[in-house]
Amino acid sequence: MKREGSPWTGLWAVVLKEYADHLSSVRMRILEGLILVVAVATVYAAAQSLRQTVGEDPFIYLKLLTTSQDPLPSFVAFMGFLIPLTGIALAFDAVNGEYNRRTMSRLLAQPIYRDAVLMGKFLAGLLTMATTLLGLWLLVTGLGILRLGVIPEAREVGRGLFFLLATLAYGGVWMALAMLFSVTYRQPATSAMATLAVWLFFAVFWEIVVRLLSNVAALVLMRGGTENELALIQIQLFLSRLSPNTLYSETVLALLNPDVRALGPVLITQLEGAVRGTMLPLWQSLVLAWPQFTALIAAVILLFAYAYILFQRQEVRA
Amino acid sequence: MSDPVIETQGLTKRYGDVVAVDGLNLRLQAGEVFGLLGPNGSGKTTTILMILGLTEPTAGTARVLGYDPLRHPLQVKRRVGYLPDSVGFYDELTARENLRYTARLNGIDRAEADRLIDQVMDRMGLRDVVDRPVGTFSRGMRQRLGLGEVLMKRAQIAILDEPTVGLDPEAAHEFLGMIRGLKADGITVLLSSHLLHQVQAVCDRVGLFRNGKMVLEGTFEALSEKVLGGSYRINVEARRDGLERLLGSVPGVVRVTPIRGGRYLLEASRDCRSEVARRVVGEGGELLELTFERVSLDDVYARYFQEARGEA
Repeated sequence: MKREGSPWTGLWAVVLKEYADHLSSVRMRILEGLILVVAVATVYAAAQSLRQTVGEDPFIYLKLLTTSQDPLPSFVAFMGFLIPLTGIALAFDAVNGEYNRRTMSRLLAQPIYRDAVLMGKFLAGLLTMATTLLGLWLLVTGLGILRLGVIPEAREVGRGLFFLLATLAYGGVWMALAMLFSVTYRQPATSAMATLAVWLFFAVFWEIVVRLLSNVAALVLMRGGTENELALIQIQLFLSRLSPNTLYSETVLALLNPDVRALGPVLITQLEGAVRGTMLPLWQSLVLAWPQFTALIAAVILLFAYAYILFQRQEVRA
Repeated sequence: MSDPVIETQGLTKRYGDVVAVDGLNLRLQAGEVFGLLGPNGSGKTTTILMILGLTEPTAGTARVLGYDPLRHPLQVKRRVGYLPDSVGFYDELTARENLRYTARLNGIDRAEADRLIDQVMDRMGLRDVVDRPVGTFSRGMRQRLGLGEVLMKRAQIAILDEPTVGLDPEAAHEFLGMIRGLKADGITVLLSSHLLHQVQAVCDRVGLFRNGKMVLEGTFEALSEKVLGGSYRINVEARRDGLERLLGSVPGVVRVTPIRGGRYLLEASRDCRSEVARRVVGEGGELLELTFERVSLDDVYARYFQEARGEA
């Protein structure tokens, strides 16, 4: 049956309202405060150790993000933790919260489609995350200028922006998952716990699972030479890349380290003729990270589409 | 007669094996106040959701102001205001901000919205609290805010689901007055409730719901005629038994129920007290008491469900 009218009627009204809610919510202020403290601490520490080598490194602003100074991990490592948390915090009560506040039926009785509600909430979440990330990156860069006394170059800015995009996609995965659970579970606490459980599973247990599975594979492929060994590594990599965490860390690795040339096993023969110590141009690093980057975006789209279908079919009554 | 503003034909909704609404035929004329009556779970809310296009019917059709809520939901929702059962607002936002959001969703521009908000909040008696967070509002205030929202979008039809549940008597009374105000504005009102005397106080016509079916429909007088045989009750105390036949033959008396000790309860289609008195005295009875009352919807309702249970 054909519906009349655009499904996007009222989309902007929803986006603006949700965006305003996010920016003023206590939840986001706490997270933003946490991120701010972490960012300043890690970058300050990194800058401290980088000051000695300012002149030698052509990509010092990227080093600022990836250098870890004992006992602090690097900025990027911290982001790997905090971004999923932000994504989850932005969406775990997106749909069931409306039901619990008894605002859903009133909202849907306005001349808009359900599409606008879910899409609006998702876009507002992404917008909030993008705002936070952009602000954070500018802050880090500003801190770098103060501490290091050099101006970032265009190639560093370019890589930085792509790093932001990849981080946004990574956060989007967790946000879409949280939104999906907020459609399926009626209690916000349940959807938050479910999303956190999935995140923990990938952050902590997935590597263990991968190791166990590749041990099994190793038993099967025990005999044989290099080819089997290579197959084993490929299997391990494939399994590991089923986790969004791996996809993100590999994308970031390629984008923030111009000297990284491959994200998988490299045979010694493939290195023949390679000039050691040279840096890849930005677009080559992009090519390198492209599969991981697109996989992250695909995961966002798939999860969101699934949440979308479930939400469309849901009965308004509890 | 003009076209009905709401019309359903064979509207049916099943949830698995459970039939929530069963072959409903409903017609509402412009400007009338119609009450959907029935116990909880009898399909009132489901009917409302189907009329709004928020739930898809399993079978049958609905038409609201000539639009099909399934194909033209936006047209329908633009013209229909809905006050859900225990309405919720965003607690951390003020009343004004809540209404501004609704206004934006309805495509009303900011300046116009602010003008309308002041106007309806004045009318709902919420002017002083319009800039307070809704979290601080009492239940009655929330209901009024919800009604204000319906007014703000200039709905032609207002659908109110259990609007007075949980209100204290004074607030409920006040709210009923506001519903009458809607009628005065020419807004058609569809009201669902299980609080009978309130429905009786504001509705032009009522429909009685039971297990998803509308079993009775009409004006209050027509219903009491149908179920009780009349809308008057006469209590007679004559200190004598065996007067049933005599009382039953009085013109206008529909039913006589003897009560112990020479008391009788008469149901009548008109006021026939003088004739009753004459006959009792003429028969040598002592007429000790003759009281008269109009029946209420409660009686109709109680009697109807009593009989329905008896049949089952």
